[in-house]
Amino acid sequence: MANKILAILEQRENSLKKVSFEAASVASKLAKELNLEVEAVVAGADINNLNEISKYGITKVIHLKNFDFSNYTSSGYTEAISNYAKEVNAVCLIVGNTALGNDLAPRLAVKLSSGCVMDCVNFQVESGEVIATRPIYAGKAFVKVKLSSDVKVFTIRPNVFKAELSESGNASVETKEISSPNLKAKVVSFKKSEGKLDVAEADIIVSGGRGMKGPENFNLIESLADSLGAAVGASRAVVDAGWRPHREQVGQTGKTVSPTLYVACGISGAIQHLAGMSTSKYIVAINKDKDAPIFSVADYGIAGDVFEILPVLTEEIKKIRS
Amino acid sequence: MKIAVCVSHVPDTATRIKIGVDRKAIDPTGVTYIINPFDEYAIEEALKTKEKVGGDSIVYAISVGGVTNKESIRKALAMGVDEGILLKDDSQRDSFGIAHALADEIKSLGCEIAFFGKQSVDFDNSITGQLTAELIGYNCVPVVVDFKLDGSIITAEREIEGGREVVETELPAIITTQKGLNEPRYASLKGIMASKKKTITEKAAAQSPNYSEIIDMNLPASKQPGRILGTDSSAVAELVKLLREEAKVI
Repeated sequence: MANKILAILEQRENSLKKVSFEAASVASKLAKELNLEVEAVVAGADINNLNEISKYGITKVIHLKNFDFSNYTSSGYTEAISNYAKEVNAVCLIVGNTALGNDLAPRLAVKLSSGCVMDCVNFQVESGEVIATRPIYAGKAFVKVKLSSDVKVFTIRPNVFKAELSESGNASVETKEISSPNLKAKVVSFKKSEGKLDVAEADIIVSGGRGMKGPENFNLIESLADSLGAAVGASRAVVDAGWRPHREQVGQTGKTVSPTLYVACGISGAIQHLAGMSTSKYIVAINKDKDAPIFSVADYGIAGDVFEILPVLTEEIKKIRS
Repeated sequence: MKIAVCVSHVPDTATRIKIGVDRKAIDPTGVTYIINPFDEYAIEEALKTKEKVGGDSIVYAISVGGVTNKESIRKALAMGVDEGILLKDDSQRDSFGIAHALADEIKSLGCEIAFFGKQSVDFDNSITGQLTAELIGYNCVPVVVDFKLDGSIITAEREIEGGREVVETELPAIITTQKGLNEPRYASLKGIMASKKKTITEKAAAQSPNYSEIIDMNLPASKQPGRILGTDSSAVAELVKLLREEAKVI
């Protein structure tokens, strides 16, 4: 029997997250190149869309099931998943680099005496070895890394790898009841933030900087974000000034993001900010200073007044969306 | 209570990164090193915990690396940490190597709680706290924005996508700190003077396997400068058209 590569899926509120499909695709691709057998593993209570994973090259899904697994428990998930990985002699694990994956992956690595490479954006296989590329210094540079441990854990940056539909879809789901899970650390509740979307997950981000002149003007940013179905982001300057909450901060001491579209409004583009967003697929900059560094990474720019441009842009977007 | 705070010494976030000749590390020429920004929240929370628990509580600042890391340990001492410990190793350890050294020290000191910045802004793995906790069997809550300790019970809020998870656990534990948790105190002149008299113990870092090997380090391909479409809202129509028809993103 071939060795196994496991895609570790993530569910929230009983539904698989988008990054799970990306992890499944990456794992099934690597399985082909490394001649491994691929399986998907998920810890949870009831999961609604587990069957969907079969479309992404996965033929076997292991559902580690317990009532207490509906919410994340670092101790419980770690124990259940690492036990399963050991049981089947898994040699490689692919995890989404989300808040959950970032907590879980290193713990699994310790349990499996494995190295782990976080936030990968590319994989190559050379002479049977996986070489992972990941950003460092928030994206100011990249490293290519390989692991020498027998078992290898990689986390993938969300929204970078394509969740590719594969033909060989028809997964069988095997449920394993986990009795008496380890609940030493357990999520007891979730406080949803007021914003509609999180910058870490959004496909489109509209960010505002000091050029917005004050917190009261962020309604212009919010309106544009609403019209696009986007998350609101912010530069460090406006977060430190208390105009916006820290969770919206994009950049080296905030979040590093790779959305499909990033719209920077009144942001000059300090090096710490550029590091955090320059891997976005398309960047639009609106700033009155035509020499601002943000224009050096932007695909499209308007070198003008945000207060004049944003309302018009929002109206235009609304028109085409309606 | 014995409390640890782990600090790392990193290039200033304003640094323009240049790659070294071996293409495996950055070129340190002209780079200013600072205490990792997220570690300041860890130091503040460690000091607050000491103030709250009282008694003969003591806070240790621990760092793994070369002698220059003492600058960041000294900063922690100036903010009010009691003692510094440098676990010396001039080699470039990966997160595992660092976690092994810290785990060994935290355990032998008998610290019941350790605070870490949620990530170092150099390699950005954000796993050292979790690794250390697993290695010594401590509970761990990463990316914490609200922290309460009641006896040995911890209630912490951690930032996740779209909100906060409230996590309950107990000592011994490792907490990794996120911006927003607290407002780090400034080192007072008195604190800076006092820090000069505080001890920084140097010892060799515990041996550990390094699982990861850097094969190459490079800079991102520089982007073609984009198009400036205009200077006012008359350019909006063209922008929307390009986003729809060329970029196909809306």
